[in-house]
Amino acid sequence: MGKLQIHDLSQSFTRDDGSELTVLDHLNIEVQDKEFVCILGSSGCGKTTLLRLIAGLDTARSGTILLDGEEMKGPSSKVGFVFQEYSLFPWRSVIDNVVFGLEMKGIGKDERYRIAERYLELVNLTQFRANYPAELSGGMRQRVAVARALALDPVLLLMDEPFGALDAQTRNMLQIELLEIWEKTKKTIIFITHSVDEAVFLSDRIIVLTPRPGCLCHIVPINLPRPRDRTSTEFAQVRRHVLDLINQKCSIQ
Amino acid sequence: MANPLRKHKDRWFGALAIVLALALWECYAALVVKNSFLLPAPLDVTSAFLELLQKGILLQDFQVSMIHFAIGLGLALVVGIPVGIAIGWNRKINAFLDPLIELLRPIPPLAWIPFAIIWFGLTTISAGFVIFVGAVFPILINTYTGFRSVPRVFVEAGKMLGCTKNRDLIRYIAFPSALPSVVSGIRVATGVAWMCLVAAELFGVSNSGLGKNLWFYYNLHRMDCVVVYMILLGLIGLVIDMVFRYIIDRYFLKWQTGEVA
Repeated sequence: MGKLQIHDLSQSFTRDDGSELTVLDHLNIEVQDKEFVCILGSSGCGKTTLLRLIAGLDTARSGTILLDGEEMKGPSSKVGFVFQEYSLFPWRSVIDNVVFGLEMKGIGKDERYRIAERYLELVNLTQFRANYPAELSGGMRQRVAVARALALDPVLLLMDEPFGALDAQTRNMLQIELLEIWEKTKKTIIFITHSVDEAVFLSDRIIVLTPRPGCLCHIVPINLPRPRDRTSTEFAQVRRHVLDLINQKCSIQ
Repeated sequence: MANPLRKHKDRWFGALAIVLALALWECYAALVVKNSFLLPAPLDVTSAFLELLQKGILLQDFQVSMIHFAIGLGLALVVGIPVGIAIGWNRKINAFLDPLIELLRPIPPLAWIPFAIIWFGLTTISAGFVIFVGAVFPILINTYTGFRSVPRVFVEAGKMLGCTKNRDLIRYIAFPSALPSVVSGIRVATGVAWMCLVAAELFGVSNSGLGKNLWFYYNLHRMDCVVVYMILLGLIGLVIDMVFRYIIDRYFLKWQTGEVA
């Protein structure tokens, strides 16, 4: 299970001069179990803030976040997180990075390496098991980060622009790979991006956030069958529709 | 870039400089100065070395000095690393201890010699204490800096993977991340410790040791022996640094090599 309900969520920060900066304003979102949702918005619209609240890395001013009916307080092993920047531990080899969460959980040595190998296989990096992160390309590092987050078998996987720093080709490849992983593992995924193309290619639904104060602008269901063809007319139509939404509805406010 | 043949050649070229310097020194001492008190020649020094070695003095001095060194550096590690971790990890402890540390730090270690003698007498402990004072601050400050600059994303990634207790975060995330900084602090500390060692022994904080006998032979006007001790101090310092670097690169910071190569 991995059903996420966000009720009336607000977050604000205090500026240096003492005034309040509202980042999220009474946000309501529901994400179904095994759904792939992209959150789309320009920078500064509160995407990352929202994801950090769901992850329990920050505490909201008000509102509730329920995962399978349980309120989230602080980081939980039911939630995996893939960071935007490179977050692999450089002092641990690839396999030892994947093992980390299982080690913290107190799982026996043989068992945890067996599990980790399986997830490393899932991201096709078995041959790099003994390498250190510094020896990997950016794309490989993010794949290891995905394997590391999945190794704890979370019900919900949060991804904060994980492919943002990669070149276009690697990015497309990793998107395909991510969809395959999603098919195999059936996690609920919330994926943040500012690329319309990426959002349309990946998700069941796109949630468009307005730039500040972040409130729900529009929900766009994507009913195109997978695998999706980026060059097809249907794809282009959906893409244009989403772009129009962003341009008209959101930024004029 | 890393051409082994070239590196080999460079090394021979460097060795040539040492040979030339020795030859020049020998000629200048034997032909110009002609006074082994003012400038003992390399040959005088060699025979003095053999003489001291035969008497067994050198070995004993070496042992005593290494004990001083080990006490001082060991104590500095035991105190410096935990305190560095505490002030690097916890803002409150930092606010509490920082002014005290900053007040004590600028006092030169050798200024502690009178109290070292009064508190511990002419023992190995008091020499160790002076070395400790010199070595503890580089270790402490570098540990602190290392912990301060742990990237936030590592801590958060750790938290998301179930590493949430302070103790675990320090052990599994912050310490390994800070290790390069801690290690460079220890390396600076070994250098400072070596300098303090000579000074501490020189000022009579101990009864034997390399620094102590360097001074003793100066009083006997045996300058050839003084040079023996000078060279030995330099060489041992070099070896300590080499061994330290080898162990660290080989066992602790293996993961960093990938970033350079």
